[in-house]
Parts: sequence; structure tokens; C-alpha cells
Amino acid sequence: MLLKLLSALMYVGIGVASAIAVYWILNKIAELLPGKVEERIKPFLYILPAYLAIAVYLLYPTLVTIFRSFQHQQGATWENVGLQNYSDLLATSAFRSAMFNTLLWLIIVPACTVALGLAVATLADRLSARSENLAKSVIFLPMAVSLVGAGKVWNFVYAYVPTQAGTKSDQIGILNGIKTGLGGEPTAWLNVSTLHLNSLLLMVILLWSQVGFSMVLLSAAVKGVPADTLEAARIDGANERQIFGRVIVPQIRGTMITVFVTVLITVMKIFDVVYVTTGGQFNTNIVGNYFFSTLYKSNDYGKAYAIVVMTIIAIIPVMIFQVRHFRAEEANA
Amino acid sequence: MSTTQVPATTTKAPKKAATHVDPNPAKAGWFTKVFLVVVCALWMIPIVGAFITSFRPESDANSTGWWRVFTNPNLTLGNYRSAWVDGNMGTSFFNSIAITVPAVFIPILIASFAAYAFTFMDFPGRDVLFLTIVGLLVIPNYVAFGPVLNLYRDLGIGGTIPAVWLAHIGFGMSLAIYILRNYMATLPKTVIESAKIDGASHFQTFFRLILPMSVPALAAFAIFQFLWVWNDLFVALVFVGPGDNAPVTVGVQNLVSQQGGNWNYLMAGSFISLVVPVAIFLGLQRFFVRGMTAGAVKG
Repeated sequence: MLLKLLSALMYVGIGVASAIAVYWILNKIAELLPGKVEERIKPFLYILPAYLAIAVYLLYPTLVTIFRSFQHQQGATWENVGLQNYSDLLATSAFRSAMFNTLLWLIIVPACTVALGLAVATLADRLSARSENLAKSVIFLPMAVSLVGAGKVWNFVYAYVPTQAGTKSDQIGILNGIKTGLGGEPTAWLNVSTLHLNSLLLMVILLWSQVGFSMVLLSAAVKGVPADTLEAARIDGANERQIFGRVIVPQIRGTMITVFVTVLITVMKIFDVVYVTTGGQFNTNIVGNYFFSTLYKSNDYGKAYAIVVMTIIAIIPVMIFQVRHFRAEEANA
Repeated sequence: MSTTQVPATTTKAPKKAATHVDPNPAKAGWFTKVFLVVVCALWMIPIVGAFITSFRPESDANSTGWWRVFTNPNLTLGNYRSAWVDGNMGTSFFNSIAITVPAVFIPILIASFAAYAFTFMDFPGRDVLFLTIVGLLVIPNYVAFGPVLNLYRDLGIGGTIPAVWLAHIGFGMSLAIYILRNYMATLPKTVIESAKIDGASHFQTFFRLILPMSVPALAAFAIFQFLWVWNDLFVALVFVGPGDNAPVTVGVQNLVSQQGGNWNYLMAGSFISLVVPVAIFLGLQRFFVRGMTAGAVKG
């Protein structure tokens, strides 16, 4: 263990030192060039190492992924199969239901995260400073917890102890504890796919972890609403609900969009929550988890790549929106 | 200092009375209070239940609900010992540190140089190159899993600890540049110009002026990258998998298969995995919030 820590520190030392050395050498090379060329070439030398990292871990893989998604691996060779990976996937009912479930996540989670975060942000704003901070810390804390940890903690909330005929065993999960306490029969919550109940219960886990993020950003925005606009509305006789809907919300729209898009992108890539709870069983599978099992368990790289390409195609509109949003915010700043 | 502090504490009350007709028009009513108490309770109960269970003896934890602890207090530290030693969470804990430290510190310098160039240097294609980075923020990093896995296999570093942190450096780079460039854009340009007039090279300006001035943004990125890497499961699962080099996230996942449904071990293991991020989070919450409001959000 100590050896691992030492090697980690060594890597940091070597990594940072060699990075500084590389920049120093690049800088020296640039200085050897005549003044004008130097000024021209220097910026590119400064961004080169960063772009190299991005090239190896994002650009190169993206190209390989697109190219290979039209191929099938046979031993060591790849053969072109055209669109077969895609058509096979779309013909698989397991994949289609994973897509449908992901769609449900996309419809429900971002909207609920924004709504709940906004509710907490506006209502907590009315408390005394101390209670407000306490309430916000409580909601915010799960952000520090990994989705694996969150999955385990909530698995325990949903835990189910099968009852043997005749005997009444004690439930250890609080949800079943409450249900049996009220005289009901315990339920294996995560196995119930009627009306996608189990998927909804898994979404609660993500909501639990993300609302804090939404609340913090929206709270900052709500506090940034100029007080004179609120007062003007009050003098004109608006009630609190009207003030919220017609004065506050329009002024924090930009932040609401940012939060929505960020959570939307998080949900598109979600994997951990389902992987550590149901593993995709009981009709709770989602695209991220389907990708993992295709890549890692069935080693079907061609199909795994096709899934990634489909995800990228779904993300592109969001990406264009994000860049435009960024430019608009830049222009406003 | 002491003279300014005295009025500061007393300004609040008279100010309110003077400007508002109603002293606090948006005061919390009963609905607000009930709503917030309910939400906070819902947010805390899962964690509290898990925490209590992590201290309960095996027979209690797996046969009775954790809320019985209030009538039948019976607690032990044994679960933590079992998870740490028998469940290999101790090894995983150190693996996580060995993965996280390089993954947090190495990209900072590389990204700072790039952010400096994007902010203070003029060159053709600058905006296009930067907007590419903004766009790449939303590309799912699992685009890289297959190709990089093959690359690692060819290089023979698959399953090692550097394999994971190198990947995290690559995945974190675009976010780092984005945060740092946004922050550097707010620094006064006059400082850089006067340094130039004094004959400082870009290299000197960067190390002596910009880097020290950017500490808040560097801290914000470091916290984000730390939480992201420490809490990551997907990258670790693909590039290391279960075994001697597994970090805590993979370790907790493995406790299930090793220990069956023994909730007491599992909850102790989970708390071992989350004690560091929660402590860092509570200690550095201010930086964290600042980083987030500055747009430090990983897509």
C-alpha cells in the first residue's frame, strides 16, 4: 500500500516536472526562431500538450468508434458489415426497451431536478440565514457521494425480506418497514416493472444526488434577481405567486436552461445507478448499461461502437445548443 | 477593523424597517417550513439508516430494521474491520488515492498553459479551437473505452493504476481548459500588458503572474476532478476491473458478491468509500459552490 502511495507521488512529481520541462523546451525552441515566427508559433506550442491529451482520449477514439461501428470483429480481423450492427441492435427487443427506459429517464429526471431544485432554492431563501444554510447543506451533501454509494444506500431503503408462509419476518428496508407497519405486505420494490415503478425508484436515486447541484445554481440566480424589480411588483399589488412566476422565473431562465441541459447530458450517459442496483434486470436496463455489457461482457466491439455512435447522434443537437448558449452568455457578459 | 465591524452587525434591522412597508414580505409561512423539513428528512433518512446499519452486529442488521436501534442499542466497530481487511476495502482505499492524486494534479499545469494561450494570445483559429473544446465537453467519455482499451493492450499497460489516471487526465482536460479560460478571462488585461512592457516573456508572465492569480479556479477544478475521479465507477471498471488495483467504487461493488446480502458489511464498506469525498466536500464547500457557479460542470 505504501509502495502504491509512493509511486503515486512519484508519478505526480515526474508528471509535473516533465510537463514543465516540455514547456520550457518548447519555449526555448520558439525563442530560437526569429521574433515574428516565434510570436506566431508560441500559442500553438502552449496548447499542443493539452490537445494531444484530447486527441488521444477523445478525438482518436471517436474516429475509431465511428469507423468500427460499421464492422464486425472476427478473431483478429475486422470485416465490413455496413449497417448491420445498427439494424441488429434496433431489432433486439432488449436494446429497444433499454432505449425506451433511457427516454423515460430523459423526460423525467432533468425536469424534476430543475423543479425540485428551484422549489428548495426559492423556499429556503425565505428562512433565516442559519436554517437556510442548514437546509441547503443537507440537500447538497449527496453530490459528494458516488453513484455507487448512493445506489447501495438506496438499495437498502428498498430492501425486501421475503416472508415465509405463516411467519412475519421483520423488514430491514425502511420503505417496506413503513408499509408493513401500516399493515401491508412487503414488496420487492425493484422487481416491480408495472408502470415502470422500479425505473422510477431508480430515478429517485439520481434525483437525490443531483437536486443539490440544481439548487445551488438556482439559489445563486434567485439571490441575483434585483430587489427593486421585486419591490416594484409588490407595490403594484402582485402576490408572492405572481412575483415568482412573472418576475423571478423570467430573470433566471438562463440558469434554468443551463441546469436542465447539464442534467440532461448526465442522464444520457448514466450507467452506475442501474449497474449497482438491478444490473438492468426487471426491465430497468438503460443504454449506458447495455453498452457496458456489450463491450465488456460479450466483447462485441462493433455493436458497442454502434451504441456509442447512436448516443453521439442523440447528443449532437444538445451540443450545438450548448455552444450557442455559451456564445450568447459570452455576448451578454 | 474593529470600527467597521460594529455598525455592520446593526445595519440589518433598521434597513429593513426603513425600506419595506412589510418588514419581510416573503417570510417563510407554514407551508414553506413543512415542505423544507419533509424534503430534508427524505434526503437524510437513507444516509442515516445506512450509517446506523454500518455499526450494527450482523445478526441485528440482517434481521431487524435499523430504526429498532433506538429501542435496542447494540453497536460495534467490527463491520468496518471486516470490510477494511477481509473485504479488501483497505487496499482499494489506497488504490483510490494512488489513482486520484496524479489524475488531479497533472492536468492542472497542462490545462493552465492552454487556457493562458486561449485567453492572452492572439492566433488564427483560436475561437474555433476553443469552441471545439466546449463542444467536446458533452461527448460521452465512453466513446474512448473500446479504442483506448485496445491501445492499452498493445502498450501492455491495461489493468495498471497509471492506465486509469492517464485516462482521467484525457477525459478531464476539456473541462479543465474550459474552467480555467473562463476564469482567466476575468483577470485584468492591464496587468499582463504592463508585464509585457517591463520585458517579461509569456513564459514568465504565466508562471509569475497568471498561475498565482488563478488559484481559486485551480482549486475549483481540483475539487471537481477529485470528486469525479474518486467517485468514478465506469472508467475504473473498464480499465482496471476487480482485483489488486481496484479503487473503492469497484471494491464496494465487489463486497456484494463476496459477502452476500450482509448489509452491515456493505454499509460499512460504502462509508469507507465515501468518507474522503464527504470530508473534502464539507471542508471546501465554498470553493465547490464557487466553481459550480463559474460553470465548472462536467457533462
